[in-house]
Amino acid sequence: MSPDLLKLIFGRLGLESLPLHEPIVVGTFVVVALGGAVLLGGLTYFRLWGYLWREWFTTVDHKRIGIMYMILGIVMLLRGFADALMMRGQQMLAFGGSEGYLNAHHYDQVFTAHGVIMIFFVAMPLVTGLMNYVVPLQIGARDVSFPFLNNFSFWMTVGGAVLVMASLFIGEFARTGWLAYPPLSNIGYSPDVGVDYYIWALQVAGVGTTLSGINLICTIVKLRCPGMTMMKMPVFTWTSLCTNVLIVASFPVLTVVLALLSLDRYVGTNFFTNDFGGSPMMYVNLIWIWGHPEVYILVLPAFGIFSEVTSTFSGKRLFGYTSMVYATVVITILSYLVWLHHFFTMGSGASVNSFFGITTMIISIPTGAKMFNWLFTMYRGRIRYELPMMWTIAFMLTFVIGGMTGVLLAVPPADFVLHNSLFLIAHFHNVIIGGVVFGAFAGINYWFPKAFGFKLDPFWGKMSFWFWVTGFYLAFMPLYVLGLMGVTRRLRVFDDPSLQIWFVIAAIGAVFVFIGILSMLMQFAVSLLKREQLKDVTGDPWDARTLEWATSSPPPDYNFAFTPVVHDNDAWWDMKKRGYQRPLTGFKPIHMPSSTGTGIILAGLATAMGFGLIWYMWWLAAVSFIAMLVVGIGHTFNYHRDFDIPAEDVIRTEDARTKLLAGAK
Amino acid sequence: MSRLKILALLPLAAVLSGCDYVVLAPAGDIAAQQRDLVIISTVLMLLIVAPVMALTVLFAWRYRQSNSSARYEPEWDHSTKLELVIWSAPLLIIVCLGALTWMGTHLLDPYRTLGRIHAERAVDQSRAPLEVDVVALDWKWLFIYPDYGIATVNELAAPVDRPITFRITASSVMNSFYIPALAGQIYAMPGMETKLHAVVNHAGTYKGFSANYSGAGFSGMHFNFQGLDDKGFDAWIASAKSAGGSLGRAEYLQLEKPSQNEPVRRYGTIDADLYRLILNMCVETGKMCQSEMMAIDAKGGAGHQGLNNTLPLAYDKYARRGTALGPEPSFVAGTCTPDAPQGKTTASITAPLDTAPLLGAGLKRPTFTPLKSSSFFLGQRPKSDS
Repeated sequence: MSPDLLKLIFGRLGLESLPLHEPIVVGTFVVVALGGAVLLGGLTYFRLWGYLWREWFTTVDHKRIGIMYMILGIVMLLRGFADALMMRGQQMLAFGGSEGYLNAHHYDQVFTAHGVIMIFFVAMPLVTGLMNYVVPLQIGARDVSFPFLNNFSFWMTVGGAVLVMASLFIGEFARTGWLAYPPLSNIGYSPDVGVDYYIWALQVAGVGTTLSGINLICTIVKLRCPGMTMMKMPVFTWTSLCTNVLIVASFPVLTVVLALLSLDRYVGTNFFTNDFGGSPMMYVNLIWIWGHPEVYILVLPAFGIFSEVTSTFSGKRLFGYTSMVYATVVITILSYLVWLHHFFTMGSGASVNSFFGITTMIISIPTGAKMFNWLFTMYRGRIRYELPMMWTIAFMLTFVIGGMTGVLLAVPPADFVLHNSLFLIAHFHNVIIGGVVFGAFAGINYWFPKAFGFKLDPFWGKMSFWFWVTGFYLAFMPLYVLGLMGVTRRLRVFDDPSLQIWFVIAAIGAVFVFIGILSMLMQFAVSLLKREQLKDVTGDPWDARTLEWATSSPPPDYNFAFTPVVHDNDAWWDMKKRGYQRPLTGFKPIHMPSSTGTGIILAGLATAMGFGLIWYMWWLAAVSFIAMLVVGIGHTFNYHRDFDIPAEDVIRTEDARTKLLAGAK
Repeated sequence: MSRLKILALLPLAAVLSGCDYVVLAPAGDIAAQQRDLVIISTVLMLLIVAPVMALTVLFAWRYRQSNSSARYEPEWDHSTKLELVIWSAPLLIIVCLGALTWMGTHLLDPYRTLGRIHAERAVDQSRAPLEVDVVALDWKWLFIYPDYGIATVNELAAPVDRPITFRITASSVMNSFYIPALAGQIYAMPGMETKLHAVVNHAGTYKGFSANYSGAGFSGMHFNFQGLDDKGFDAWIASAKSAGGSLGRAEYLQLEKPSQNEPVRRYGTIDADLYRLILNMCVETGKMCQSEMMAIDAKGGAGHQGLNNTLPLAYDKYARRGTALGPEPSFVAGTCTPDAPQGKTTASITAPLDTAPLLGAGLKRPTFTPLKSSSFFLGQRPKSDS
């Protein structure tokens, strides 16, 4: 074939794009390929494809979509954490003339991928998954407002993750840092496919995130059960509402800034170039106008989880519900007024810097109020130390340290000496691991019995807890110290041998965290094997307070046979207290949305389009784009969108539960 | 839990053990004031953080389920007094910290000239500050001493107790100029200038580096900063002068090409206009300076005729400017010079005879006077060094 024809078909993609000369990548590829082959072979052998397609891939049930989000987050955590281990290994070894084991080409991709994956494909799916699963149950709804959109959002997020993973074996990922500042990320200085992978992975996933935000806002605003006024919503629902408002208001900024960057890269515009009046600093401003709210997008749901957990396991109403809600709303608003604190050192004037420094500090007031509210929820409670509560205590002790260093970094002159140093790295891992990750783990341990009908194994859960917590402190406290020694981030090799010991400690901490992750996987496996012992038939294993515990575990497809009526913000606690009797008769058919494959097909096409654009395979991009339009329009002619669960099925399900509950007593 | 606390105390232990912790024990007055702010802010915050942590542990222990002697009030969920305290206590701290921030940020603004050399000493007004022009290149640092007519690569020196004024820019991507012992960092960005005023109080050799990731050679982008006494500094200048090398525009264009782990270099003579040309992205002959383009734009722009002529403005180098779908950079070869042969590259395009058509229809010719070695349009600049 002529080179022109090859170029027309494959664009920039050639055999030399495959990293065959990189032994680490080839090794990883072999392992992933073997694992993938075993998994696919197993699915085929046990004839599970049809089941997966019908019951999971095409489902519009918010509960199953929530679970799939969690699986995505945990799988990507393994990839993101592998990157973390590689970085820790490199920084531990590269002393005294040693180059370590990663060259710059590879190392620079590793830290970029680590950041991108951990934020977009670990933290976001975990948080979105929990909101998806829990929010409709907490507000007594049967599903989200737009169930098909929910399925589509999920698969778009997967599409983004697929593109990031593809970059490992086909071509390369960005070597720019996780926010891809121009001019470095522009075509002049990053002409390869790495930044294009970055752009299209985030664009595809970003569509999913934005749509999922709209969906959950509508759900919370419109689908609350009778009696649940705004000020009777559970706090997790409140924080989810605020998070999704933030998502809807900030993700479009990310989409636009990445679109401008891709215009620069593809058609030669000059938004962010050095020449022709382009302004790289505009990119930095825009990306942080998304980036700072993003931090709160992640941490607000975690705050919600801690509120639910503290109140449940203290056996006590949440202290200061109203101030908790206002604190959340204030944080939501203020999170838009602080973005510039990410670049005090870019030469803004002193008044601008002080303004953004002080607004940042002001955020710590509602956050501090929240901390006190949890504290006084525990006060005069009866605290049961189950795993979710352990994670919450670890969070409270860890997060205040991160909060303190955060406020410190908000003082501009202090930021001048600590910005971009390992102190900063320690700070944001302190709040993201100590806040978001601990929160997600508390949430997983808390709601797992709701989702699957059995509790998670406490032994392996505690192993995971202790390894994670000690690992975290071992890995990041040395980075605070190194930051005070003026050591900057993203360095690949070091001169000063006296620093090495701290990197060794940090690497040991990373290994501890690794054991913590393995223990968590072990916890899932062991719990699955011991599911009969860990079984919960009551649907309310923790003696909890909110509506999701009123239904069975796992909840039926329709969540509630009758829509509950709420009189108190601890609705289920209130129902239990007033001697609520489960209705046993009078069931009616229930109207539910139908599954559809359109979401996964559209997302697949969007991913293919992204791939085509990355490699300049214009035909692929054009064909998948047109196919997307066709499928999207075609879907509007699909009139099989809903069905009724017959009353007999509802009666059968509810009778089965009645028997189970009777057996439990 | 006790192990965790010991680890949490590590930073404190670090403070106490001294010497290595350059951020906490700097050699320059600005960095020392910034260090003071770090410590005061931390102490202020500890006023509230420490009790919160203690209460967390206390409540977590006291109200455990097995302790049946503790009070249990499952319905207690509100107390206006407590609410007032938990909102106002952090507020008070933030009011203090905010005031501190406002003052500190203005007093330690890197653009602000120094008012003192040291806590006890004011600036000696009779002595002009040392001026240093800093350029972040891929991946090394260029320091130009305009007053002394010398330049160095990856080596910086300054006399003790004499204020230094840095003007900072970069050639291609963003970097951050940071000498922890001297003062906080400030970004170095192409086509833009940032400033830093600082002073070093103790003689010694300190580390400087880029604190913002800038690509493959980033790790090797560090240099030594020497604080010298006056005599030592004069000797250092003299040795640089006698090093002989010369840094003109051609040599600079050679130097700015990406390279890693560069050794120290010194240039005894420099093109006096070099820093301005770097900042305006027009070191290459044939490039229009940013300042010139701004002057034209301020007069209303070059009109339609100017639109196609983009080559003198193109700057981002080392890779194609043209993109996958975008146009190749274009230029007008023949508007002003009808005789010019077609297809000639810009490098050999001769000076246009009449520049008036490029200035836009109906506009008066700008009253801009060319500075030193440069002029409006390509080619008219003296080609002394190319």
